[in-house]
Amino acid sequence: MRSLFSTRLFWLTVAVLVGAAVLPQFASGYVLGLLTVAYFTAVFAMSWDLLFGFAGEVNFGPTFLIGLGAYTAGILDQQFSPGLSIWICIIAGALAAVIGGVVLALPALRVSGPYFGLTTLVAVLMLQNFVVVFADLTGGEIGLSVPDVITIDQKANYWIALGFMVVSGAILFGLSRSSIGLILQASGQDKVQAGALGFNVAKHKLAAFIVSAFFSGLAGALMVFYMGTASVGTFIDVSVGVQVIIAAVLGGRRTVLGAAIGAVFLIGMGEILRPLGELATPIVSVVALAVVLFFPNGFLGMLRGEARS
Amino acid sequence: MRSDVMLDVTGLTKRFGGLVAVRDLSFSIRPGEILGLIGPNGSGKSTAMKLIMGVERPTAGTILLDGENIAGLPSHKVARKGVGLVFQHSRPLHRQTVLENIKVALLPDSLLRLFADPHVDGQARAIAERVGLGKVMERKPPTLPFADLRRLELAKAIARHPKLVLVDEPFAGLTASETREFSELIRGFREEGRAVLLVDHNVKSVSALVDRVLAMYLGERIAEGSAAQVMADPTVRKVYLGGAITTVARPESSFKDVTPVLQVDNVSVSYGKAQALQGASIHVHEGEFVSVVGLNGAGKTTLFNAISGLVPYAGEIRWEGKPLKALSPAAIARTGLVQCPETRELFGDMSVRENLDLGGHFLPPKEREERLEWLLELFPILRARRAQMSRTLSGGEQQMLAIARALMMKPRLLILDEPTLGLAPVILETLSKALEKLRATTPISVLLGEQNVTFALPHADRVYVLDHARIAWEGPPGRFEAEAAATYL
Repeated sequence: MRSLFSTRLFWLTVAVLVGAAVLPQFASGYVLGLLTVAYFTAVFAMSWDLLFGFAGEVNFGPTFLIGLGAYTAGILDQQFSPGLSIWICIIAGALAAVIGGVVLALPALRVSGPYFGLTTLVAVLMLQNFVVVFADLTGGEIGLSVPDVITIDQKANYWIALGFMVVSGAILFGLSRSSIGLILQASGQDKVQAGALGFNVAKHKLAAFIVSAFFSGLAGALMVFYMGTASVGTFIDVSVGVQVIIAAVLGGRRTVLGAAIGAVFLIGMGEILRPLGELATPIVSVVALAVVLFFPNGFLGMLRGEARS
Repeated sequence: MRSDVMLDVTGLTKRFGGLVAVRDLSFSIRPGEILGLIGPNGSGKSTAMKLIMGVERPTAGTILLDGENIAGLPSHKVARKGVGLVFQHSRPLHRQTVLENIKVALLPDSLLRLFADPHVDGQARAIAERVGLGKVMERKPPTLPFADLRRLELAKAIARHPKLVLVDEPFAGLTASETREFSELIRGFREEGRAVLLVDHNVKSVSALVDRVLAMYLGERIAEGSAAQVMADPTVRKVYLGGAITTVARPESSFKDVTPVLQVDNVSVSYGKAQALQGASIHVHEGEFVSVVGLNGAGKTTLFNAISGLVPYAGEIRWEGKPLKALSPAAIARTGLVQCPETRELFGDMSVRENLDLGGHFLPPKEREERLEWLLELFPILRARRAQMSRTLSGGEQQMLAIARALMMKPRLLILDEPTLGLAPVILETLSKALEKLRATTPISVLLGEQNVTFALPHADRVYVLDHARIAWEGPPGRFEAEAAATYL
């Protein structure tokens, strides 16, 4: 752990976070709103990296977990407001995602590789269908509007999202550097050998799914009460999941921090290029593709490579 | 049960669908005893090892470890009962140092202990020193030579002080001096009173080390006893030796082409700092069979990859008098210079037939059919396996398919890189017969890269010895022993 505090990357991270914390004094509400969404997306991407980068499970359905969290929290609030505190709704959302994570983990422990990836995709599609079919409860394709929000103060929302990202990131990063992170990596790379070394691979993978689901769901639920609405297009659609995955890969697999950088970059780029209209998305995609092709270790890999030479 | 027995296996059986991989196998190992479990490819020895480790569940039978039945337990439980497995291949954590990789093996299987105890560091260092990794503790696995990666496997397996150590092919790919060091380490286990099971292809490789040998063939025990007894056993001899190989080298002057069809002139290849090939010059005549022998890492594969255009090189390679440098690997293959690589590179999820059809993709349909028919005669087992997915073939069958696929491309020169790697003697005989037939009935030239001299010499008209990236000797196979054996061994 001591070595962590002596790395340049650590102090760079601290500097960037301090900068982010004082940003509301200078930036417009528009920029703050954008970054708030980016910070939640960062948590989605970091949670995903725990599964992919460490446990070695390619989850094509991060939005299954995010959507469960978001919709559970949103529906509870809509049904029981004001009798139910939104914090209880948020916790319930996180727990629903954890249950979803366990459900997702069951096929992962039986099948691997592309087959597991397919089951996660199907999970997303099923959740999406569920939302559309039970429109009375979920708002269907129009979306669900929740009566409460955490606060309408833009700066407060920004700080909540930033604080949440920092705490989640610290926990996920710490976990990835702990004994459990090492065992997860070993299981992800060679589960036969991990078993022969005495590690219960199933137990560790299940734990990774639960932790990943918890943070995904929590972030989804918090984001609902920031936005005031939940819709399939923002929380469940496969394209949202793809964006989360691209963010994590773009930032640097197996780094946790890289996922956060990738998320902020993706959201930021999308917004900067917005004047280009329809062209914005393909341009961002091409940039992402180029980074993945030429720097498979992502932004953090590029940074480290420079530091080394 | 006898009290002096540590591992007692009785009636162990494993079926995969219709295939019986292990049939009614029984044996025991005492503390401080080394048992060699040997058998050719597909004999079931690896399956037996996996059954003990809990990687596979036995169909029937008991496995008593110190009197407790561990048959059917998952492998992490078997490991905690005191069984360790030294893997032949594995994937270490590339971003962690050697020391950290060893520490992983010492971590508790717990979700609540986030950070390792401080004494783990000292233990890991002691283990690293013991297996000879003391000097490279802070390095990362991708930068280590092969032998050190094997040491790392050994280190991980003994980290938890297993009572019973299973070792999969302990000496594969190691040089003579490395083999001696590994043997010493394994003897150390015996002195500490651990039981050791060595799994290997043949008796010879483990004979100096084992107290007892059990030979398997087609899932069953065929012999048990001292190494000498097992080597003298008539069933074992029949399984391993088959028939004798006799061929005669043709003198170089008997080949009619004045300019050799392949000329490799002063070729050098380096990977970063490492010089893999240094000023190598060889040539092959039309119809000639040339063997390049050399130990692992001598530069054989690099030489072949340079010829096939897969690595950049300095120097010149000419095929039918024309330089090859400007051509892509695919174009080189289409000129009739075809390589059958060491790694085989089969399309695992395609059938035998589909693999062969892809090899003959550029032939007209009629010719492709004829060639396929001819190859299925050359390797009759492939006919029986025609519809099977190639990934499910045994090692020997995969090698035959790889050669057959290369031959489907109608090569004029076939480069065979280590075709015998990891194969049992019975299979070698089949390969030998196929090569003999090619030599007797076709005008093809063959460039054979081998570590196994006894396989390489009978098939060669001429032999080159590659040693530490240089051509160290050239001559007819008859003079090899007298002039070059010292260089080679």
